[in-house]
Amino acid sequence: MDEFEEIKATFFQECDELLADLESGLLIMESGSRDAETVNAVFRAVHSVKGGAGAFGLEPLVRYAHVFETLMDEIRAGRINADTELVRVLLRAADVLADHVSAARTGGEADHEASAAMVAELEACTHGAGAPAAAQDAAPEAFKPTPAATDDMDFGFKPAAVSILEFDAPPAAQAASWTVTFTPTPALYAKANEPALLLRELARLGAVESELDDHQIPPLDALDPEGAYLTWTVRLTTDADEGAIRDVFEFVDGDCELAVERETPEAEASDGPDIAALLAAAKADPVEAPAPSAPAEDGLDIAALLAAARQAVEAAPPQAPEPARAPTAQAADPVAVKSTSAPARQPAAEPAHVQATIRVDPERIDRLIDLVGELVINQAMLAQRVAAHGFAPSSDISMGLDELEQLTRAIQDGVMAIRAQPVKSVFQRMPRLVREVASQTRKQARLIMEGEGTEVDKTVIERLTDPITHMLRNAIDHGLESPDDRIAAGKPAEGVVRLAALHRGGRIVIEVQDDGAGINRPRVRQIAIDKGLIAPEAQLSDEETDNLIFLPGFSTAGAVSDISGRGVGMDVVRRSVQGLGGRISISSRPGEGSTFTLSLPLTLAVLDGMVVDVAGQTLVVPLTAIVESLRPKPGEVRPLGPQGAVLAVRDTFVRLIDIGCALGFRETSIRPEEGVVLLIESEDGGRFALVADAIQGQRQVVIKSLEANYRQVDGIAAATILGDGRVALIVDVDALVAVRREPARPAEFVSIAAE
Amino acid sequence: MSEPQHNSTSERRELIAFCIGEQEFAVDIMSVREIRGWSPATPLPQTPAYMRGVINLRGAVLPIMDLAARLGLPVNELSARSVIIVVKVGERLIGLLVDAVSDILSITEDLIQPTPDVACDRVRSFVRGLISMDGRMISEIALERLLPEMETLAA
Repeated sequence: MDEFEEIKATFFQECDELLADLESGLLIMESGSRDAETVNAVFRAVHSVKGGAGAFGLEPLVRYAHVFETLMDEIRAGRINADTELVRVLLRAADVLADHVSAARTGGEADHEASAAMVAELEACTHGAGAPAAAQDAAPEAFKPTPAATDDMDFGFKPAAVSILEFDAPPAAQAASWTVTFTPTPALYAKANEPALLLRELARLGAVESELDDHQIPPLDALDPEGAYLTWTVRLTTDADEGAIRDVFEFVDGDCELAVERETPEAEASDGPDIAALLAAAKADPVEAPAPSAPAEDGLDIAALLAAARQAVEAAPPQAPEPARAPTAQAADPVAVKSTSAPARQPAAEPAHVQATIRVDPERIDRLIDLVGELVINQAMLAQRVAAHGFAPSSDISMGLDELEQLTRAIQDGVMAIRAQPVKSVFQRMPRLVREVASQTRKQARLIMEGEGTEVDKTVIERLTDPITHMLRNAIDHGLESPDDRIAAGKPAEGVVRLAALHRGGRIVIEVQDDGAGINRPRVRQIAIDKGLIAPEAQLSDEETDNLIFLPGFSTAGAVSDISGRGVGMDVVRRSVQGLGGRISISSRPGEGSTFTLSLPLTLAVLDGMVVDVAGQTLVVPLTAIVESLRPKPGEVRPLGPQGAVLAVRDTFVRLIDIGCALGFRETSIRPEEGVVLLIESEDGGRFALVADAIQGQRQVVIKSLEANYRQVDGIAAATILGDGRVALIVDVDALVAVRREPARPAEFVSIAAE
Repeated sequence: MSEPQHNSTSERRELIAFCIGEQEFAVDIMSVREIRGWSPATPLPQTPAYMRGVINLRGAVLPIMDLAARLGLPVNELSARSVIIVVKVGERLIGLLVDAVSDILSITEDLIQPTPDVACDRVRSFVRGLISMDGRMISEIALERLLPEMETLAA
């Protein structure tokens, strides 16, 4: 059942988005803002997960989400006040919900104990505030998986057949009977709502007996595939009030005709509903009729597919009406329809942060990026050739080319923006990690995130998760002290971990900073000596000592804890970062905390560069690294030592580095006064000045990897292709400094220093 | 790289032969992606002298190796006949700069003779074997050994 699996995969992708919305909503609530819109968004996220899970018969997930939803509903209705304590509970509840989702995705089972404990907690919160009957009733019901309830889930949209069992049971003492008449309008289907789900929701309130009125269905040739012809009459025996019943139809309010009437008890008598119910179920969808027994063996799939197929028929555009088409062929599409229109389900105004997304195979985007790169180069070559033929700039052909250039740039910007994504997708998983690690280590930690909107290429994003996870675990496990120690040290009991992303020097920099005790240097040094990583008499600077933790075979934790020690040391993190062309470094101040800095290239992202001439070569210097460019006046350049020189910039002196010499393109530096000087700010905040022969201009360039076909080259970050079709190299300004600063240290530290 | 199977001596395979100076060499045609004229390469810093630099191959950055320099032969002036043979080594594409393409050979494995001891170490390590054909001597290049630093870096 490939189509079914596809639909299911779509559901889980949606779940990821919903869970992210849920968490961000809760975090907004935690920060003190509890406006109705946020609470509503949280409620809807839980509700949508539950709804989707119901369609796939993921019973444990549905049951758990139901309890969660019930509590959120109470909060939404203002019957329970969501104080900080409660929001924390909700955050943990969201974690458990995520566990349920991932368990359902892998076909495994969620941690029953954790789930049950959470359920108890949520129910305590719900009932603690004197919840009304509807909620009280719904929660326990959802937790007694009576055969009826189970069938209900398995058989998708056949509530009528299911209800019989429940109906046979004696109704609850104070239960009342209601007649609910429900007539969907075409608008309801157009918004991808599913009557079966609503009816099933209704069945949760009590025993139901439903009847389908299909008299409105015209002959097949007159059937409007997008029309709505069905009316359900449901007799419901429940102790819930009218409000609870109407709540079921809340999301389709205005898209259906709904009547809820209270009945007199004697009207309940029923004459053998079996046949009527089965007929109702069969008539609910003409396609289903030939295979009434199919759901029994493969009920879940077929029921879901049929439901999807029916939606497709109802939602299909008028020019393609073919009601009798095979249901499976349509299976994939309706869900797409459903997913895009899902946010429109609520008539209320949508919060601004709802993301409408499409999913595209990344390979198609890669291909597109390559092609656009070619287009840009070709366009530039064409322009050069036209100019060479002596066309005037005001001629038709030149003006046409100008327009082509602008269009090409616009396309390039657009395509690049597709692949560049904010690091938010990685960051949003981190609050949960921090909560878990903090509770496992019995520490109190607060996570502050900055720069979530920083954009980086998708391929880089995917590989950021592991290093960040590890650095955060490390910061909490090794960095932060226990609450008691912190108070003793005069700090607040709650430690602060800061996770920040920013662009610097044409790279993305991720910082993980804690306000813990800092690196215990004597201990690090002792461990390194004990493990034979350094000689006992080695003289190391503080910085070098800190960097020892990146050496293979180093682990500071006395006992390997299951937090940081997942068999992965910082050396592995460093190696994986280096594999991406990145670097990782640490700085630490005793008593004040440590900062891990991870810098990665923005591979294949666009780069704003300064194109310069150096020793007959064309090079690109990342614009982000350049503070200013200037032509030094005589007297501003001062010789220092036999070869070196410094530049006086206002009142400070900065080191001058000739790019040509640093890269080995020439032996002796040109006179800086005759060239141009680019003032650079390096990754660690230091300043220096690069000397080039001339500046060609500023340009946006496409980054091409050198590693793909060759290897990393010192001093070069990547390559690009210029308008004339030739390859130009992009300078790695930080590496240029390292190239120049010949390390005169013991051999074993060269690798650290060369970072 | 897919090495041809040596157990079947009658299996024919094709080589592309080319000249460097007075000598003839060849590479397996299955490794060759394309042959193109010389275009000026952008030099790379901190690289061995036999790396001529990189060129733009339809949007990809293609490193160019001067095969004469790599084999320790005198480096000739570039001429109109100079060509770049784009070969695939492992997962990488690399361009080999040679003087001219001369022939396409169809051989069987038993025509390949081991390299005699007289050759210098460098040539011996880069040459898989010698082929005698129509009075010519053609050396087959072992592509995977041309770039030892790639092997270690790829690991």
